[in-house]
Amino acid sequence: MKEGRSLSDIFSLFASPLHFHMDWQGQKLAEQIMQIMLLVSAVIAFVAGYVLGSFQVMMIVYAGGVTLTALITVPNWPFFNHHPLNWLDPSEAEKHPKPQVTVSSKKKGSKK
Amino acid sequence: MHSFVYRLNGLLTFSVTILAIMCAITSLSDNLHTPSPSAEIQVMNINWFQKQPQGNDEVSLTMNISADLQTLFTWNTKQLFIFVAAEYETPKNSLNQVSLWDAIIPSKEHAKFWIHTSNKYRFVDQGNNLRGKEFNLTLHWHVMPKTGKMFADKIVLTGYSFPEEYR
Repeated sequence: MKEGRSLSDIFSLFASPLHFHMDWQGQKLAEQIMQIMLLVSAVIAFVAGYVLGSFQVMMIVYAGGVTLTALITVPNWPFFNHHPLNWLDPSEAEKHPKPQVTVSSKKKGSKK
Repeated sequence: MHSFVYRLNGLLTFSVTILAIMCAITSLSDNLHTPSPSAEIQVMNINWFQKQPQGNDEVSLTMNISADLQTLFTWNTKQLFIFVAAEYETPKNSLNQVSLWDAIIPSKEHAKFWIHTSNKYRFVDQGNNLRGKEFNLTLHWHVMPKTGKMFADKIVLTGYSFPEEYR
């Protein structure tokens, strides 16, 4: 079991962010970061534009904020995968077969 | 937020929604602004004042228009559309408004100006009521925003009148 786990660890280190290796905690974190960062960029952009009296400043600051948010929350960075789900190894699963509901169970001889 | 494309879609949708809200707030911020424009129009000369073959009066005049409209500009102003209209009353119409001249002011620097010009558009009455008639000249402006609501207002200048006879 230990073997399988370390293999997936090494794999996730080298995997590019486009592989779907974001765990559930990571997804929640990504969503929260995205919402907060977009709102904060909007507020900073509006205040900067209003104080400087420039509509263009507001648009540029907001566009920068959106781009930064996209770079941080959209790709699959490793820090979104600190609570990975460890799926059971297939060899382990066979040792613990699923319980059968019906009485008649086909018993296959353990051919390994 | 299950995949790259899912998160990208969510980000784009949310950011555009926030952008719409920002534009709405920007437009609302224009209501906090109180402008103080000023203008003056002098009729330098009545060039001619004739009755057309169809029976309508027509007049051509030269005006000196000077104005300071700089305070109308806000951070959300794209340009100013201004026009000068002559207003008077006739037995047929309780209010006649004839547009004589207009211009677009693209920035605050251009908003303080004077111009010596004849009327850009023809001043023709519905009938022949203009002899000796008193009229007002109004300077209207439309503040066209970069985003949101457009504001319009005017200054009314009174005390002008036509000659008693055609010339």
